[in-house]
Amino acid sequence: PAFGLFLFTIARDPLRIIILIAGAFFWLVSLLLSSLIWFIAVKASDPRDERLQKGLLIFGVMFSVLLQEAFRFLYYKLLRKAIEGLVALSEDGCSPISIQQMAYVAGVGFGLMSGAFSMINLLADALGPGTVGIHGDSQLYFLTSAFMTMVLIFLHTFWGILFFHGCEHRRWWEIMAVVVMHLTVSGSSFCNPLYVGSLVPSYLLMAAAAAWAYLLSGGSAQNLRRFLLCKS
Amino acid sequence: MITFMNNSDSEEEPCNERTSLMSAESPPVPSYQDGLQASEAGEAQAHRKRRAGSSRSPNNIAGGEMSGSGVPVRESALENEEEELTLKYGAKHVIMLFVPVTLCMIVVVATIKSVRFYTEKNGQLIYTPFSEDTPSVGQRLLNSVLNTIIMISVIIVMTVFLVLLYKYRCYKFIHGWLILSSLMLLFLFTYIYLGEVLKTYNVAMDYPTLFLVIWNFGAVGMICIHWKGPLQLQQAYLIMISALMALVFIKYLPEWSAWVILGAISIYDLMAVLCPKGPLRMLVETAQERNEPIFPALIYSSAMMWTVGMAKPETASRGPSQQTWDAAEEGRDHHRSPSHTDSQMSETRSPVPSRPVTVEELEEEERGVKLGLGDFIFYSVLVGKAAATASGDWNTTLACFVAILIGLCLTLLLLAVFKKALPALPISITFGLIFYFSTDNIVRPFMDTLASHQLYI
Repeated sequence: PAFGLFLFTIARDPLRIIILIAGAFFWLVSLLLSSLIWFIAVKASDPRDERLQKGLLIFGVMFSVLLQEAFRFLYYKLLRKAIEGLVALSEDGCSPISIQQMAYVAGVGFGLMSGAFSMINLLADALGPGTVGIHGDSQLYFLTSAFMTMVLIFLHTFWGILFFHGCEHRRWWEIMAVVVMHLTVSGSSFCNPLYVGSLVPSYLLMAAAAAWAYLLSGGSAQNLRRFLLCKS
Repeated sequence: MITFMNNSDSEEEPCNERTSLMSAESPPVPSYQDGLQASEAGEAQAHRKRRAGSSRSPNNIAGGEMSGSGVPVRESALENEEEELTLKYGAKHVIMLFVPVTLCMIVVVATIKSVRFYTEKNGQLIYTPFSEDTPSVGQRLLNSVLNTIIMISVIIVMTVFLVLLYKYRCYKFIHGWLILSSLMLLFLFTYIYLGEVLKTYNVAMDYPTLFLVIWNFGAVGMICIHWKGPLQLQQAYLIMISALMALVFIKYLPEWSAWVILGAISIYDLMAVLCPKGPLRMLVETAQERNEPIFPALIYSSAMMWTVGMAKPETASRGPSQQTWDAAEEGRDHHRSPSHTDSQMSETRSPVPSRPVTVEELEEEERGVKLGLGDFIFYSVLVGKAAATASGDWNTTLACFVAILIGLCLTLLLLAVFKKALPALPISITFGLIFYFSTDNIVRPFMDTLASHQLYI
C-alpha cells in the first residue's frame, strides 16, 4: 500500500520525489546516529548479561525514536528554508508546493525508509527455503511483521503531517502528541510476540492519527461523504 | 507564449545544470583498453555527426520558423529569470538523472544477487597486480594502496592522452578508439553476461540464436550510441554498457582495492575538474572554445539529444539555442500545448533559420543535464559492491543507494548555483562510502537485534 501511495501521489511531481528521497535520507541518518549510540553502549557493557542487553535495547529503541523525531524537526526546518527559496524564485509569487504537501511527502519518505529497513531482509529471507516459527516462535511472524510495517509506514506519514502542522502553528502539544504516539507504538512492539498487545493499539492509534491528519488537512466529514458517493 | 520567453539570448551559459564528470576515464580495463579509445572515438564521431546532423535540419524548417518567430521576443533578456528557471526545472532534471542512475543500479544489484559468476574471484586485472590474499592486515592495506596508485595513474595517463588528442584535433584517432572500445563492450561483455545469466537460470540456448541475438543487440547499440537513434534507446544502451562495465569492475577488483579506488577516484575527479590545469577542465574548455559537443559517446544525456554529452555546463549559449531551451521550459512549465510541443519538436531538429549549423549543435546540447558514463559506472560499482560483499545485504545496499541519490541531488544543486562543470563523483561517493561502512558495521547489528525481537522503531 505504501508503494501504491508513492506511485499515485508522488511519482508525478519531481520535486516531491526529491523531498521523498531527502526524507528517507534524514531518517537514515537518524538511524545511523541512534545505532551508533547503541553500539557504543553495547560494546561498553557486558555482553553476557541478558537483562542488561535487553535494557540497553529498550534504551536504544527509545533513543532512536527521539532521534527520529528530532530529525523530523530538522527536516522541517530545512523544508521551510527551501520553501522560502522556492517562493522567492517562482514567477507568480507562490510556491509550487505547499508545506502540507511537503509534510505528507516527508512523512512518506520517513515511512518508506523505516519500512524498507524493517522489512526487506525479511522479504529476502522469505524467498528462501524454511519454516516459519520452527523453534517455537510464532508462526505468524511474517504476517505480523508485514502488518506492523505497514502500520508504521502509515503512521509515519500521518505523523509527518501532524508534526509539520504543529510546527507551523506553533502548537507544541501537537508535536508532543506525535512524539508520545511514536514512543507508544514502539513500546507496544515490546509486547511481541504477544501480537494483540502491539498490533491492535498500533492500528487504533493509526486510525486516530489518520482522522486527525485528515481534519487538519482541511477535510471534513462532508468531504468524505461526497468523495465516497462520487458526487462532484 | 510570449510571457514564457524568458531566458533569452544571454550570452552567458544557459542555466542548465551541468555536471561534468570523469566520463572519459572509464578506467581502461585490459579488454576495455580499446573501450576507452573507442568511446572517445565515438565522442568525436558523435561530434562529427552533429555537424553532419545539422545538414539534416532543413526538414523541420517549419518548426524552426515557429521557434524563429519567438526569437525576437526572447531577446528581451530576463536574466533574473535565469535563476528561477534553473531551480524550477532543476527538479525535473534531477529526476531525469535519478531514473537512469537508479535503473543502472538496479540492473547491477539484480545481477550480483542472482548470478554467481560476478562474485567469484577469478583473478585480477593487470591494472591491479597486487593480490590481496596476504596474511597480514598491513600488507593487505599496502597492496590495495599500491593497486590504487597504479589504477589512478593509468586513468590519468589515459585522460591526458585523450585531452591531447582532442587538443590536436586527432579526431579520427579518437573515433577509432571509441568505436573499437564500444564494439568490444557491446559484443564481448554482452556475450559473457548473457552466458552467465543463462547458466544461472539453466536455460539452454543454441549458438545460432545466441549469435543472432548478440549481433542484433550489438549492431543496434553501435548505431544508437555513435550515430542517431531514438533517445530512449540510446539511453537504454548507455545504461546497459555502464552496468556491464560496473559488473566487470566488481568482479575483478579485489575488495579493499575497490574501496580505496573509489575514494581515490572521487578525489581525482574533484581535482581534474576543478583545478585550472586539470585535464578534464581543459577538455571542457577546449570544447567550449570550439563550440563543439564534448565527446558525446561517453556521456549520458537526459534530454532530447541524439548524442550524449558530458555532464558539463552547456556550451556558451546562443540565442537560438536559448530559445529551444525556453521552448522546453515553456512546454514543461506552462503547458501551452500546441505551440510548445511544436517548438519542442523543432528543438530536436530544426535550428532557427538564422544560424542553422551552430544552432542545431547547440540546441542538441542544451536540453537537460548530462552526466558522464564514468559516474554511472562508479555509482553502480559502489552499490554493487555493497550488495555483493556486505553481510547486511539489503539494508546496506538501500542505504548506499539513498546516499548516492542524495549526493547527486546536492551536486545538481551546486551545479545550478555555480553554473559550470562540476565533478559528480565526490559528493555521492563520499556519502556512499560513509553510509556503506557505517551501515555495515554499526546499523546492522542494531537492526538484526531489533528484528530478532521484532521490535519496531
